[in-house]
Amino acid sequence: MIFLKLILTNLLRHRIRSFISIAGIAFSVAAMLTVVTILQGAIAMFSGILSSDSEIIVFERNVSDLFFSNVPAAAVKDIAEWPMVRNADPVLFGIVSSADHPIITCFGVTAGDARIRKATWVSGDRENFALHADDVVLGERAAEFLSATLGSAVQIGHGSFHVIGILKTANGFEDGGVFMPLTAAQSFFHKEGTSSVVTIKLRHKEDAAAFKSQVKARYGNLIALEDAEFTRTYSQFRILKATAWAVGGCGLLLGGLGVANTMIMSVFTRIREIAILRVNGFSDVQIGGMIFGESALVSVLGAGVGLLIGTCALFGLKLVPALHGYINADVQPAVVLIVVLLALLTGVAGALYPAVYAMRIRAVEALRFE
Amino acid sequence: MRPVSNEKSDAGVVVLRAVDVWKSYDEGAIQVLRGVSFEAVKGQTVALCGASGCGKSTLLHLLGGLDEPDRGQVTVNSIEVKGMRKRHLLLRHEIGVVFQLHNLIADLTLEENCLIPTVAAGTDQKTARARLLELASLTGLSHRLDHRIQKLSGGERQRTAICRALMNRPKILIADEPTGSLDASTSGVVFELLLKMVASEGLTLVMATHDRSIAEQCDRLVEMRDGRIHESATG
Repeated sequence: MIFLKLILTNLLRHRIRSFISIAGIAFSVAAMLTVVTILQGAIAMFSGILSSDSEIIVFERNVSDLFFSNVPAAAVKDIAEWPMVRNADPVLFGIVSSADHPIITCFGVTAGDARIRKATWVSGDRENFALHADDVVLGERAAEFLSATLGSAVQIGHGSFHVIGILKTANGFEDGGVFMPLTAAQSFFHKEGTSSVVTIKLRHKEDAAAFKSQVKARYGNLIALEDAEFTRTYSQFRILKATAWAVGGCGLLLGGLGVANTMIMSVFTRIREIAILRVNGFSDVQIGGMIFGESALVSVLGAGVGLLIGTCALFGLKLVPALHGYINADVQPAVVLIVVLLALLTGVAGALYPAVYAMRIRAVEALRFE
Repeated sequence: MRPVSNEKSDAGVVVLRAVDVWKSYDEGAIQVLRGVSFEAVKGQTVALCGASGCGKSTLLHLLGGLDEPDRGQVTVNSIEVKGMRKRHLLLRHEIGVVFQLHNLIADLTLEENCLIPTVAAGTDQKTARARLLELASLTGLSHRLDHRIQKLSGGERQRTAICRALMNRPKILIADEPTGSLDASTSGVVFELLLKMVASEGLTLVMATHDRSIAEQCDRLVEMRDGRIHESATG
C-alpha cells in the first residue's frame, strides 16, 4: 500500500503535469483507435462487397489496385462452366462523378449478381435491372445526395441515366454507390469485354484449393484468392493498415515523449526523496519499479480515457450524415488490446531513462542535494 | 559478502570496523579521511566529535554502508562493505540511519514515513503495524500517527526519524548530528530518547555530534581532527 501511495503521491503532487501526460497518452490512444477502427471498417466494407455470397475472388495477377484489373469475359464464361463452380459473378469497378460529388463508386454487375439479389429494394423492381443500357440502380445514400427518386434522370459523369431502383445496404460503399448493368458499365468505362473481378461461389467449399490450382494452370495472368486470403494480402489493404498503425504509432510516440518528460522531471525534482528511500533499504529494483509504476499508471489511465474518447468519437462520426454507412464503430477487442499494450509499452519506454537515472542515484550525494 | 575474521576485541563482539580508511572527494582534491581506523562493539554507544569538516559524517557514511572508501576496509557485522553488490540489504536489516535533517517525506503521514523501511523489506502489514505502534508508544508519537510531517514540531520529526530507523530492528544505529537542528531543551529530550531506544533494542550507536555534553553521555568519545582520529576516550 505504501509503495502504491508513493507512486500516487508523486503523481498527485504535480497534478497538472500528470494530467498533461495522461491527456497526451489519451489523445494518442484515441487517435490510434479511431484511425485504425475506421480503416479496418472501410477494409471490411470493401471486402464485404467482394465476398457477397462468394468465397473466392479472381482478378488479374500483379495489379496494384482492383480498378486496374481486367478479367476477360471469355475467362469468366469458362470458369462459370467448371463443375465445381456454382456462381461466377463478374464485377466491374469504376469511379464516376456528379456535379457536387467528385467520387461515386460504380459497380457494373449482371442481373443475377448477389449484390442485386440480396439487397433490400427500397423502391423499384429488381426484375427490371439490366433491361436497358441507361438504367441504373442507386444506393439509398447515393439517391439522397443525388436528389434522385425512382424514375428520375441523373447526370453521372458524361452520361445521363434513368433510375430504376433504390437499394438499401449496410455497406457504405454500396449504399453510396451506383449499380449499372455490366455491359453498360463496360461501355461507360471503355472496358468492353472485361470485368475487374469475378466473385466465385463454389458448390463445395473444400474445392477451394483445387479451384485456385485450376485458375493458376489455365490462366497464368489471373489469380484466385479466398476472401480471407485476399483481405490479408491485398496490397492496398496492407498499405492502408500500415498507414493507420503508423499514424497511430506517431501519436503514441508523441504521448510517450510526454511521459518521458514527466518522468524525467519527476525523478529530477525528488532526488532527495529517492535518496531517503535508498537509505531506508530500497533496492535498485524497487526504485526502478516505483518509476516504472508511475509511468505505467499514467499510461493505463491515459489508455482508459483514450479508449473512452476514441469510442465516443467513432459513434459521433457514425452519426454524421455525410459519413453514414462508411464508419464502422465496432471496436475490435484485438485492436483495443494492441492499442493498450502499445500505450503501456510507450509509457514503460518513456520511463526507461528516468528509471535508470533514479537507480543510479547515490544516497550520500543525493542527500547533500538541496 | 566477504566475512572478515578476527571480529572480537577485548570489550566484546566488534560490529563495526574501519581499518586504515581513506576517503577523498573531487577526484582526490579534497582529502577527507586520512587512514582512519575505528571499531565499535556490540551494544556500545560511541560519539564522534570534532569541528565541521573533520570527517565525522564521511566516516559515518562509510560505516553505514552509504558510501565506499577509496582505500582501506570497512566491515559491518563481519561483512566487508566495499564492492558489496546488494548493499541495500545492510541498510534494510543491519543498520538504521538518522540524519541531522529528519529527511522525512513531506507528503506522507508520520505512519507512512515510518513504514517505508518495512516496504523495502517486504514485511507483512500486520507485523509492520505492530512494530510501528510499539515504537510510536516508546517515542510518544502514538497520537500523531496520521499527521502529515508539516504538522509536526522539529522534535517530533526527529523522533519520527528515529522510529523509522528502528522499524526493521537493525543492530546498529548511525546518527549524524541527530540533535544538530534542535534547540537545547529539545536536543536533550531527543538524545535521552535515543539512548533509551538504544538500550531497549540492544543497539550499537555511533553518533556524530558537536555537542560535548551529549557526547560525554556515550560509552566512548572519539575525537576527530583533519580526517584522523585524534584521540579516543572511554566515558
